[in-house]
Amino acid sequence: MRDTVIQGLPVVNVRRSRLTGVFYRRKVVPWLFVLPVLAINLLVVLGPTLAAVYYSMTDWSGIGAAEWVGLDNYRQLFFDDASFKNAFLHNLMWLAMFLTVPTAMGLIAASLLAPITRGALFFRMSLFIPYVLPSVIVAHLWTSLIHPDRGIVGWLNDRGVPGMDIAFLGRESTVLPTIAFIDNWHWWGFLMVLFLAGMQNIPPDLYEAARLDGANRWQEFKDVTIPGIRPVLVFMVLMTSIWSFLTFDFIWITTQGGPAGASEVLSILVFKNAFQNFEAGYAAAIGMTMSVFVGAVISVFVVLRRRGWEI
Amino acid sequence: MGDLNRLVRGGRGMSLAPNYVILILLLIFSIGPLAIMAFNSLKSRTEIGDNPLGLPRGLVWSNYSRAWDVGNFSTTMVNSGLLVAGTVIGVLLLGGMAAYSLAKLDLPGAGALMLFLLVVSSLPIHLFLVPLFVLWRELGLLNSFHGLILIYIALNAPLAIFLLRSYMVQLPRDFEDAARVDGAGEWQIFAKIVVPLSWPGFLTVGLVVALSVWNEFLLATVFLQDESKFTVVTSYQNFATRFSRDWSLTSAASVMMIVPIIVIFLIFQRRFIEGMTQGGMKG
Repeated sequence: MRDTVIQGLPVVNVRRSRLTGVFYRRKVVPWLFVLPVLAINLLVVLGPTLAAVYYSMTDWSGIGAAEWVGLDNYRQLFFDDASFKNAFLHNLMWLAMFLTVPTAMGLIAASLLAPITRGALFFRMSLFIPYVLPSVIVAHLWTSLIHPDRGIVGWLNDRGVPGMDIAFLGRESTVLPTIAFIDNWHWWGFLMVLFLAGMQNIPPDLYEAARLDGANRWQEFKDVTIPGIRPVLVFMVLMTSIWSFLTFDFIWITTQGGPAGASEVLSILVFKNAFQNFEAGYAAAIGMTMSVFVGAVISVFVVLRRRGWEI
Repeated sequence: MGDLNRLVRGGRGMSLAPNYVILILLLIFSIGPLAIMAFNSLKSRTEIGDNPLGLPRGLVWSNYSRAWDVGNFSTTMVNSGLLVAGTVIGVLLLGGMAAYSLAKLDLPGAGALMLFLLVVSSLPIHLFLVPLFVLWRELGLLNSFHGLILIYIALNAPLAIFLLRSYMVQLPRDFEDAARVDGAGEWQIFAKIVVPLSWPGFLTVGLVVALSVWNEFLLATVFLQDESKFTVVTSYQNFATRFSRDWSLTSAASVMMIVPIIVIFLIFQRRFIEGMTQGGMKG
């Protein structure tokens, strides 16, 4: 039908319109599919992030105008603010705890579970369940369980077990490891499943060869299992390192950083400065510092990979 | 050889006993607290005082109806459900479209887009939380479900795109090519061919996103401050702080919140674990 209409037109025109059709189909349509999600991401993440970079150099309260103060916030943060140092130290302690305890638990459980066939699915599922629960439930459940008058700690206390008359979340010396314990209860099953998936990809011949060589369980674990799941281990270290600088939920829900700042981490400082002290500019500077730590961790990872590490 | 085999296998069979012992201890560690919670949800307040850990003597079902009313669950369940539904639909639709473009359409600048998504998904929420809050206040999106859904879509989309893309890349091209020859537009190919063929990927992503939205705490706290807009999680936080001494009540509320999660998890556990571990590996 079209042909009859454009019969009289010069050939060049037809070719151009077909060309723009190809251009439209090859270059424009693919971007139309991406555009909505890209626009939302620019609005929600990128725009506010750029704003945060700017506000970190102002004295903005979160409402009204912001006055440029250059690097004053950062100077105060690094040299004058004891709470920042305190919080950063807690993030490092958090990192140390989460690189060791859940990794050990996950590795032990996964290597015990890997050779099992009967009940394997049941164990895997049950040990994973705490990971799918909301943090509020987990935090409040354990707050009751370790209360000196109630729960498991209360029960032990009633029977005269020493060291159980303590409010673990109320003392400066115990609060951080206690919250880490609660978070870990929720977290370690996830690592276990990751490790298990890695172990199931190790060819069984390697174990048979090791066994024929007379390797015992420990040697098998050390010389076959650990090298076999190295990519998973490295990934886990990376993820734990990033996430240890960002941890928030469990600490906020259980103690809000208390008592006396003994469980404050960087994210808690951001939240308090932004929404309680109305120091949004200062909060943005703390947020920037957190991002720099995360960026540093990712850079190390990328550099190692460039150097040919298989991670 | 036969002897050796029997020896090795027999030895292995015997040596699995310690495995089970330790695994059962870990199982008690993981599930025990949840069992205590379930027991306590059925005890009276006085019983919890002298029997905080054991089985309940009588079954006080009224804890549940009391928790349902006091915790305002009839509202918060609907609120959480709306957030989950809106986010899942948005992420699957918009993320699926982007994944289709990346996997099948030779998107010009695909590498740059992937890099952008990777960077965006590794930025800490606390970095952009305050400006985002102010922006949402200016736009009148505070205390609104669609405002929070937009944020959830933005934060969940990168992971969804990576997972769906890796799913779609594996699909054979024959069907699409045939449809293209027949003159089908890309939207039709996406909606009628690629989505139906990659439904397991969509199901996995949908489940993982639904769980993360249902459980989300920080953003729901900041962006929905009006009590009528509370989610089950933020409402529970209020409730559990207010009634922290009434352990039977908080336990009953907890059980009501996690039973749907655990049932859905048990039905789809393979997909959940696949989605979460692969999501982790890719991120």
